[in-house]
Amino acid sequence: MSDNGKPKVATTAMCSCFGCHMSLLDIDDRILQLVELIEFHKSPINDIKEFTEHCAIGLIEGSVANDDNLHVLRDFRRNCDILVALGGCACTGDIPAMRNGIPLRECLEEAYIHGPTCYNPDGIIPNDPEIPLMLDRVYPVDEVVKIDYFLPGCPPPADTIWAALVALLEGKPLDLPYELIKYD
Amino acid sequence: MATATRRIVIQPVTRVEGHGKVTILLDEDNQVTQSRFHIVEFRGFERFIQGRPYWEVPVLVQRLCGICPVSHHLAAAKAMDIIVGADQLTPTAEKMRRLMHYGQTLQSHALHFFHLCSPDLLFGFDAPVAKRNIIGVIAEYPDLAVQGVMLRKYGQEVIKATAGKKIHGTGAIPGGINKNLSIAERDTLLKDIGQMMEWSRGALKVAKDYTVEHLDAVADFGSFPSNHLSLVRADGALDLYHGDLHAVDAEGNVILDHVDYTDYLDYITEEVRPWSYMKFPFIKSLGPEKGWYRVGPLARLNTCDFIDTPEAQAAFEEFRAVTGGKTNNITMAYHWARMIELLHSTEKIQELLDDPDLQGTDLVVTGERRDEAVGLLEAPRGTLFHHYKVNDRDEVVMANLIVSTTSNNEPMNQAVAKVARDHIAGKAEITEGLLNHVEVAIRAYDPCLSCATHALGRMPLEIQLLDANGNLIDRKLKQ
Repeated sequence: MSDNGKPKVATTAMCSCFGCHMSLLDIDDRILQLVELIEFHKSPINDIKEFTEHCAIGLIEGSVANDDNLHVLRDFRRNCDILVALGGCACTGDIPAMRNGIPLRECLEEAYIHGPTCYNPDGIIPNDPEIPLMLDRVYPVDEVVKIDYFLPGCPPPADTIWAALVALLEGKPLDLPYELIKYD
Repeated sequence: MATATRRIVIQPVTRVEGHGKVTILLDEDNQVTQSRFHIVEFRGFERFIQGRPYWEVPVLVQRLCGICPVSHHLAAAKAMDIIVGADQLTPTAEKMRRLMHYGQTLQSHALHFFHLCSPDLLFGFDAPVAKRNIIGVIAEYPDLAVQGVMLRKYGQEVIKATAGKKIHGTGAIPGGINKNLSIAERDTLLKDIGQMMEWSRGALKVAKDYTVEHLDAVADFGSFPSNHLSLVRADGALDLYHGDLHAVDAEGNVILDHVDYTDYLDYITEEVRPWSYMKFPFIKSLGPEKGWYRVGPLARLNTCDFIDTPEAQAAFEEFRAVTGGKTNNITMAYHWARMIELLHSTEKIQELLDDPDLQGTDLVVTGERRDEAVGLLEAPRGTLFHHYKVNDRDEVVMANLIVSTTSNNEPMNQAVAKVARDHIAGKAEITEGLLNHVEVAIRAYDPCLSCATHALGRMPLEIQLLDANGNLIDRKLKQ
């Protein structure tokens, strides 16, 4: 709970397309009701870059593809009571996990050396300490930390996210009707 | 490595789409010795779509980006039109795709301006963090915030009506589209178009008034002379869906004059640098030092001669007058240019909704099968390049993607360097508000860092972590 008594919600997008956050914004003018119910803490939609308070709910978009994602995900687990895996990438790895069957060396050379527009006379592969370490494969979030709820879909529709958030905030069971868990 | 005694890190860069990080190194006199905008995430589309059937590509590659999925959906579909030999789409197909594209430009521009950037413009770059976000705008400017939310919603509804779904739809297929616009869908959209025109004018006014009233301050903020590139229609009109590659320099001299974009390999190449997973494109004939260019709304208004909708054209004339008709190199003018395009998109949607071709039933054409294709369009953030090769088993065997934000890589680094020199250098204490100045300059480009992270790479086997003076402080080994 924050000073104003509203539960805090944090969000993050890891290895993904940001589409689940866009679907969250597709609740449209219901965002006016949402800000009456909750207060956003750390999230890409504001400038809070680190956790400074404990949060009731953490929404996790995206899979785990590098050591920075690992750090962020563990940070969310430590700082949130409930973690929700939002969308296909978080739930199963989904599209980013399509790289899991491909040798990394092959991918690396395709991206930086063999691509038809690559200008790379020195054969440089990006390797600066400022950029994160790639993991061997892409992991769904529940292979790294305990996840309390899963909302599949690419992306989950706004109505699904809305119904789930409201149920969690009201402490009711997440009993979504068929229409809200049927995708595409 | 540059010498430094202090290292400033902004991570993550927020109120942009995706993952970015800024590092600034300062020497003992607090002068900037190095500044960099790093792209720190990657996925690997170019490689992992190899082996997939070509007809999957328009729905698969749009997962590059959840903000502008329609851009990738349509650029890939344009390439796959060529693969299936569809040289000329039916009027219904071409207009449905254009309607989808203008819907997306409307929603993407509204999202960027209202949800992500307006707090900086309305509250100031130094405003408290707690207030500097869309929730703060809702609290203090509720009418404006609701207009932004509803403009974006309308764009999303246009996408849903044309693509079947607001995010990651399926409307465009090789050779055409899979649905037309029903009378019911048309009438639902027409009902609100007058209101959307009104709000689009209002959004443009906010951006224009901000720029004109603060011109002395914003003219130099993160600004620098540069080349500008976009697609332009054959007659010189702004066209977001199709055109020729056209580029001008910082003075307005023509560098590329309406060249056929299917020959893009003759003109564009991308430099690899070790400290970012995003490459650095440049115009080949000018080389890496001088050939980099800007893309997106500002570049488009610098390369086109006119806009073919009346209200946006009037706004365009005012915009061009500010720089005496010459190339506009002001970074913060992106916002104004973006809102001119937002109004243009709403005008185009209105024009298209009145077109009976949208209810046509001739949706797909095919012709002689080909094995290589290039598809380009003007995404909300700039020129988007898709290039594919397909084998005789219908499998993709090569994919090359230059996404809009990649072309703005060097420009965003230039903007960061300029702001660091002008606002960070010489200060003993760096406040949060000063750091936000750096992010404000990046945000002007509306970077889509998810799009930019499509290239798959990995770190080499040994990683050394150095401090600002180049001393080894940690080492990671990867098996």
